Amino acid sequence: MSLYITSAVIIRNQTVRKNGSVAFQSSETNVHLFLRAIYDYLEVSYTRFHKMDALNKLGWAAAEFLLQEIESGFVDKESAGIVLANKSSSLDTDERFLESTKSVASPALFVYTLPNIVLGEICIRHGLKGENTFFVTPNFDITFMHDYTEQLFESEAVNACIIGWAEQYHEQYEAAFYLVQKSSMGLQEPFTIKALEKLYE
Amino acid sequence: MKRICIHSTNVLSALGKTTSENFASVLNGDTGITRQEDGSFSSIIPPEILDEIAFSNPFTAYSRFEKMAIHSIKEALQASEIRMDDPRTIFILSTTKGNIDLLKTEGNVYPSDLSLHATAEKITLYFQAENRPLVVSTACISGLMALIVGQRLIRSGKYDHAVVCGVDLVSDFVTSGFRSFLALSDRQCKPFDATRNGINLGEAAATVILSNDKNLTENSDNIMLGEGASSNDANHISGPSRTGEELSLAIKNVLRKSKIKPEEIGFISAHGTATIYNDEMEAKAFQLSNITQSPVNSLKGYFGHTLGAAGLLETIISAEALKNDLVLPTMGWEVSGVSVPLKLSREVTYQPMRHFIKTSSGFGGCNAAMIFSKQN
Repeated sequence: MSLYITSAVIIRNQTVRKNGSVAFQSSETNVHLFLRAIYDYLEVSYTRFHKMDALNKLGWAAAEFLLQEIESGFVDKESAGIVLANKSSSLDTDERFLESTKSVASPALFVYTLPNIVLGEICIRHGLKGENTFFVTPNFDITFMHDYTEQLFESEAVNACIIGWAEQYHEQYEAAFYLVQKSSMGLQEPFTIKALEKLYE
Repeated sequence: MKRICIHSTNVLSALGKTTSENFASVLNGDTGITRQEDGSFSSIIPPEILDEIAFSNPFTAYSRFEKMAIHSIKEALQASEIRMDDPRTIFILSTTKGNIDLLKTEGNVYPSDLSLHATAEKITLYFQAENRPLVVSTACISGLMALIVGQRLIRSGKYDHAVVCGVDLVSDFVTSGFRSFLALSDRQCKPFDATRNGINLGEAAATVILSNDKNLTENSDNIMLGEGASSNDANHISGPSRTGEELSLAIKNVLRKSKIKPEEIGFISAHGTATIYNDEMEAKAFQLSNITQSPVNSLKGYFGHTLGAAGLLETIISAEALKNDLVLPTMGWEVSGVSVPLKLSREVTYQPMRHFIKTSSGFGGCNAAMIFSKQN
């Protein structure tokens, strides 16, 4: 089966790179302010963004850039999946929720104490209803993600899939999102470990 | 396509240390749910059960979470020839919160104790496993998803066996979270009942060993994996779909791919958390999937909601029921309280059958479904 990376977004070091080129840069070193700068740059009105924790804002921002100009490429959203991984799960928000329990436990924080909520936020934003899995791995394991994605397509679990990495803990953050599809559109990069690595560099 | 079976299992819960102890307790109508000091109702493993568990490595301290996992995996391995140190075996840990009881408001040591992956590594080290572990953390569908992932990894040809273990604790962290959502029941939970008013939390470790070994997949005692799938509501992060369409999407998907007609489903092992919205959503999803002629049960009244262990625990107990041609009752259920008529029962019922379907749903709008079958 031929699969293609049709879009790729890397967010790290105050920079958003889309398909290998810089799409946005900011001088904000604080993670929350940097993510807010992305939101302002995108000029979208999406009130849910302001309720999200930093991990979810990061995933939301990466998905916005990833799916720009390509949304119509999802023929069938019921078979469009999303599989992400990270290292720190939701630990940043876990700490903040535990702090809140000293006074009044915050339900608004508690809901973000699961790493897969970022999948849910992206699915809500883009109407994706397919496969959903969140893995916790010590680093972005490109080979594993590549092989697992191939298996997803081969078993017809998905027709299109967002895969990647969404990591955030305190001031550290990094996102690497790829859109994988069966037809050669957008970036038109064959879906190989090498190509994933090159885009991640 | 490679045939994959459930070769060996273990359940550690308030109801027992082995699968057979737990299954016997369920048949007997026992519950692990008791009233706790803070007034909540939950299913807690008595400390003496964990204290009894001997560890061969006196040099490493293990947390409560790790002890539960190690015990459960050890028991499942003992009944099996499959080894963790075999390069063809992958270990998958399913958990939502890991060692969350060790999280402090200050002075946390990260990543060692609180990293889910480091916890999984510690467990694999105990068993001297050859491969690096994989952690699945997808809210309350984690357990079922970990089985689906295990099946996919074996099908990919990279592994022949998967040791899939789900563990979660009842911790102050999780209890206060669900309490802040007003999601905890003030009594024993009542899945699908008219007066249901929330969940009971539970803790458990549940292990399933999957294998594609021909001697095992041809053994008629072993339950076979059918197809599995997941979906997302794309609607709300903390409340389920109002229509059940997306869970139904996953159910229809697995029926079609497993080539099973709705009337062949012996029973539905539902998520059945006993919240108003979850149980109603599931009932609608079962109707949309045309499977309401099959009996439905929820095991939450026996074990509470064991989060990352739930999908595995409920699959294991349901697989025992399937082997014995028994449909288990729904503890706590008395009067139907969902808008769709479902076949719920208060009694164990004998019924020859070949398949059951397990469903799970969770925060983040995720759903999963999987078919389990007797041999042809």
